[in-house]
Amino acid sequence: MNPLTEPIGVAHYLVVGAVLMVCGLLCMFTKRNALGVLMGIELVLNAVNVNLVAFGSPWLRADAARSIALDGQLLAMFVIVLAAAEAAVALAIVLCYYNNHATVDVDKASKLKG
Amino acid sequence: MDSINWHAVLFFLFAGLACGAGVAVVLCGNIVRMAFALVAALGAVAGLFFLAGADFLGALQLLVYVGGTVVLLVFGVMLTAQRPLFALPCGIGQWVAAVMTSACLLALLLQAALAVHESIGPPQPGQLPASLQPTTTQIGLALLGLRADRLHQPDPVLRKGMSGYLLPLEIASVHLLVVLIGAVFLARTKRHLSSDILQRGQQRSPTLSDNSANTPSHSGNTSSHSASTSPHIGNTRFHSTGEQSNEPVD
Repeated sequence: MNPLTEPIGVAHYLVVGAVLMVCGLLCMFTKRNALGVLMGIELVLNAVNVNLVAFGSPWLRADAARSIALDGQLLAMFVIVLAAAEAAVALAIVLCYYNNHATVDVDKASKLKG
Repeated sequence: MDSINWHAVLFFLFAGLACGAGVAVVLCGNIVRMAFALVAALGAVAGLFFLAGADFLGALQLLVYVGGTVVLLVFGVMLTAQRPLFALPCGIGQWVAAVMTSACLLALLLQAALAVHESIGPPQPGQLPASLQPTTTQIGLALLGLRADRLHQPDPVLRKGMSGYLLPLEIASVHLLVVLIGAVFLARTKRHLSSDILQRGQQRSPTLSDNSANTPSHSGNTSSHSASTSPHIGNTRFHSTGEQSNEPVD
């Protein structure tokens, strides 16, 4: 069973999305730089986008009429917009924190608990 | 032997690139290399979008993510560029806990993907759509409230819920405006370190008290006070504080 001659299905995309999601989560868990945590969040959001597009694509499944069609792409578009907004606000917060504490180490941010 | 499915070949190329770059983002210690691995991962995901028939979304991914968000992150890396901050290693205990949690999640997600593979099979060669339909017009119409791709929905119950995405579009636009103002507000003034401010205040206070005898307090440089004082004092303050900006700090 040669994988190069088999047709690509939804499950292939879901595996890629799973790997990207786990990479993003590991990045969020293990990075102490706040910008590294932001990059992990971007990876997680991209994994969600891969899944949404895969479920909406008519090329990846036998019964194309039952896919979520354009809804997947529209939802992924809103995810992209919200991710850009999230990155802008988070970067502003990180810069504010850096200007006040001269570090971007999230472990040192425990004094913000008050 | 069948002929090679080039769709599958390109899929495995982009999928391998995306997964490899995602693992590289995790394993890189240097934050700058992490940013470039992230660019590779997001670009490969855009290629996957093109392969799934989502042409507009792939272009949007390249424009907004690779061209905008990652550039924003790289600017953040450059603005906080200090040598000890490039690599912040985390403890081995945290690594073990994170890898165990992530491995459990990965096993769960792969099992779900296998279940999907059994319920939604891959397409057979005769079942594919005849030609590639560009989605840009349909997405634009859907954002304006018209679902051009579901006009022939036979089920009237399902047809009611397909009223397009006009309200989410408006909410997203207002949300972007709020985010714009909020980001400008948060990153507005160049705040200095508290110890730095204290140190500069101690350096500044004798200079100001020598030059302006009628100053009630050294810390209050309000706009009316700076307007009443001569430019000579403004120059002195500028010299004593170095690169501090001239705008009043509230």
